Amino acid sequence: MSSYGLSAASASRTPPPNDGNHSERAESRPAPLPQQPNLSLTMTYLLEVDHLRKHYGSLKAVDDVSFAIRPGICFGLLGPNGAGKTTTIEIIEGITAPTSGEIRYRGKPRDKSFAERCGIQFQATALQDFLTVREVLTLFANFYQHPLAIDELIDWCELGEFSDREANKLSGGQKQRLLLALALINDPEIVFLDEPTTGLDPQSRRHFWDLISAIKARGKTIVLTTHYMDEAELLCDELVIMDHGRIIDQGSPRQLLDKHLPHKRVCIAHPGNGFDASLLVGEVVAGEDELEIITISVEQTLQELMAQRADLSTLRVRNPTLEDLFIKLTGHLLRD
Amino acid sequence: MKQFLAILVARNKEYYRDKGSVAWAFLFPLLVIVACALAFSNPDTSVFRVGLHGDFSTGPASALLDQPYIKTVSFDRLDKALERTQHHQLDLLLSSDGGNRYWINTESSASAAVEQLLLGTTADFVRQEISGRKIRYVDWVIPGVLGMNLMFGALFGVGYVIVRYRHNGVLKRLQATPVTALQFLSAQMVSRLLIVVAVNGLIFAGCALFLDLIVLGNYINLLLITLAGALAMIALGLLIASRTANEELAGGLLNVTTWPMLFMSEVWFSLDDAPAWMQSLSNLMPLTHIVKAFRAVMIEGASLVDVSHHLLWLALMTATSLGLAALLFRWHKK
Repeated sequence: MSSYGLSAASASRTPPPNDGNHSERAESRPAPLPQQPNLSLTMTYLLEVDHLRKHYGSLKAVDDVSFAIRPGICFGLLGPNGAGKTTTIEIIEGITAPTSGEIRYRGKPRDKSFAERCGIQFQATALQDFLTVREVLTLFANFYQHPLAIDELIDWCELGEFSDREANKLSGGQKQRLLLALALINDPEIVFLDEPTTGLDPQSRRHFWDLISAIKARGKTIVLTTHYMDEAELLCDELVIMDHGRIIDQGSPRQLLDKHLPHKRVCIAHPGNGFDASLLVGEVVAGEDELEIITISVEQTLQELMAQRADLSTLRVRNPTLEDLFIKLTGHLLRD
Repeated sequence: MKQFLAILVARNKEYYRDKGSVAWAFLFPLLVIVACALAFSNPDTSVFRVGLHGDFSTGPASALLDQPYIKTVSFDRLDKALERTQHHQLDLLLSSDGGNRYWINTESSASAAVEQLLLGTTADFVRQEISGRKIRYVDWVIPGVLGMNLMFGALFGVGYVIVRYRHNGVLKRLQATPVTALQFLSAQMVSRLLIVVAVNGLIFAGCALFLDLIVLGNYINLLLITLAGALAMIALGLLIASRTANEELAGGLLNVTTWPMLFMSEVWFSLDDAPAWMQSLSNLMPLTHIVKAFRAVMIEGASLVDVSHHLLWLALMTATSLGLAALLFRWHKK
């Protein structure tokens, strides 16, 4: 197999912690679907992308992109709008032809059977008019050789309340759940989700994250594009950061943060807190009401503050986020 | 086959649940027919139509033919002119072929009147008789209306749907499944074929019931012409919709395709008196062959062999349009 920059250690990363609602929902949900075999025991990479390029005239939408995805993980493509995420994912899905490059699924070039093995949720999709949710599911189930039972899928994606409603009259969150159900209808090995929570309200986004976590818990491999930092941080085991059609860096969120932003930020109210900031180790940035101490060791900074008998009641520690990382790597905000 | 049937069923559900479209599909042609029936129930009898087979610019009949109440129509073929006389579309027919002769329809009072005018002018013509039921304008126009409905139903029904599917991403979503372009397109064709045939059948039945239509030919032949015509139009619709995702552009293309056919395919009026180039252009249009074949079977009682050249042309157009549509077809907009 090809060698790529992702460490095998990140494969065993513990799934991200969930809020109370999520845990409760995940535990109460029935598990009607058979667990997939542990593919990670039998292969290194499920999908490999090798020197992929897509040029539109002089525009390089995807410029020499390579990565590999191990089975059973959630793999993220993170980047701002126009970074090349969707083009990359659509080339992998077979929707768009690449200018050059190679894609291997289970070590071989994709063939017609790939459509039977993958599930796809596009960024924006309309469905046939005047069909109910159940009829849309039935329609798509007929496209595949081994579809899941419609009722089980309705339970899994929580479509029961509106299964007899016209699909094109659903709310944003309901429609995304239906589109997710369509992506899962063939019980795929790998699921592509292209910015699935864009435009959803916070509650619907969180609900959708629960569903994605549940899919992953059933052994599916997920390829997720997003420009939401919190989403990538919460869901992705490994990710590539893209900008201007190129991969800037790749690895697990933790690896990337440790590599590029090893410092933590300790914030404490100032002045009038009774300590001398010049005695602290690390860069100190003075704000209007508080000091920000950029340190490699939070413990050491705390010890220094306690030694000066500083009032720690206003103290808080801010860990760097993927957004900080992205700004550092690209020099601009992710939403730009 | 499973995929094909699933798309077919879904498309049919989409169609019949769209009540506005269904209502329009039935109401529009019926309104046209009723309007025609009312408008032409009292035809203008102040002008006599005289068919000319041969040169009559000089000679004993020219004095009559120059009268303002006489309208002349020239024919190259005598059989065509006789057919018109038989159906009361000509009141008198003059022919110089094999000596001066004239024909009148013994069942037409207009024929009797214009015969007296002729005999008052000259006695050089030998009398010939022909008889036949009067073909009303509504009898003549309904094959055209059926063809027109078939054209609009097929072209817009397939063309707009596919362009809309491409524009809003339905086609892209289907491309991501194992469904092939052939399965998708053939399901669209069959669905629209069923709809168009059903709608045309109902309109035909309604007309036959309320307007006492003349149908001299075989109903099976009419069904075959409907199928051949619908396929040709659907294939043309697929060709027009093969690439674009712009509904306005598609609307423009469909209108540019349908309106010339509407006026040049003898839906509303005959092109017998039209310039030769217009008749040649008309003969390239599928609607012309549909309407002429319908009319031949309904009014003249033509057999399948009689209209086979029309059916062959429609089959050729179907194959050509389908081939090009398959070549040009694109699932999603760029």
